Amino acid sequence: MHVGILYSRIRQDEKLLLTELRERGHDVEKIDVRKHGFSLDGTDAPIADCDLVVDRCLATSRSKYATEFCDHYDVPVVNTPETAAICADKVRNSLALSEAGVPTPDTTVAFTTDSALEAIESYGYPCVLKPVVGSWGRLMAKVDSRNAAEAILEHKATLGHYEHKVFYVQDFVAKPGRDIRVLATDGEPVAAMTRSDEHWLTNAAKGAETAPFEIGAEVEELVAAASDAVGGGLLGVDLMESGDGYTVHEVNHTVEFKALNEVSDVDVPSVVVDWLETKADTQVEVTA
Amino acid sequence: MSTCPECGDDLTLHDDLEVGEIVDCGTCGTELEVVDTAPPVLERAPDLAEDWGE
Repeated sequence: MHVGILYSRIRQDEKLLLTELRERGHDVEKIDVRKHGFSLDGTDAPIADCDLVVDRCLATSRSKYATEFCDHYDVPVVNTPETAAICADKVRNSLALSEAGVPTPDTTVAFTTDSALEAIESYGYPCVLKPVVGSWGRLMAKVDSRNAAEAILEHKATLGHYEHKVFYVQDFVAKPGRDIRVLATDGEPVAAMTRSDEHWLTNAAKGAETAPFEIGAEVEELVAAASDAVGGGLLGVDLMESGDGYTVHEVNHTVEFKALNEVSDVDVPSVVVDWLETKADTQVEVTA
Repeated sequence: MSTCPECGDDLTLHDDLEVGEIVDCGTCGTELEVVDTAPPVLERAPDLAEDWGE
């Protein structure tokens, strides 16, 4: 297949994908989105002849708009712009999971520091304040007291971007020192790992310790439901053990998998490319 | 082999270098973006932005 890779930085994840695609003889077009323009009637990015475009943009804003334009030009793209738009926004992510009946942490959105403080007080301490757009655990705050809440809210209100004035307040889930990352293709689990840390944030990007995780029926069902809730695709579904079951706190759409590939017995890039080949074949059949 | 555009020291690069990849200068620690591979050309990588991630 002729596959386009949208990127702005080649991480180890993209290198794994590129290697697998090239070893299988696919014609790979690397497309640095920083070097192109996307207009209403076309683009100088070489995507027109691609059987499939894979969005691997590191920047969420680029990912959202570049996939929108691919879709606009009728070029098949994974993940879809609809999935990207939901996953890129924690509010939309929470709403989609809730509407699909997927257990997810209780969340309140407030638009002023006063109403945010009310929401925080109603959850009690600790609770969590997150930016609506962000990754790798950046700007996440575990709020342990009213004094801390007032200070964090004042800081957020002072930050420049309007998104910081959308206060995303969440119930704190007392997870057992770890969370679970499941990589899935259209809801089908590929591999899973736990991410453990003494810190309340357990992101692999922050240095959490990883270990393989055996996927049971309950997690499998939740992953399928969470994937459907955001429109499917190549996704990283994050779950926490919440005592009596699991809660899905996030679904990621430009999922990193190098850590999972290292810890798992599964050849992750190989399974992902299997899935991409199937997606491309499906697109060809639909077009024909 | 290439040269760090920040500190000027020599860098030894691996064989499967990829345009768009980031390498660290072992001397000054600066993150460098590979902008060409034949021959290797390095530029100071963009700083982390708020919307980066997965």
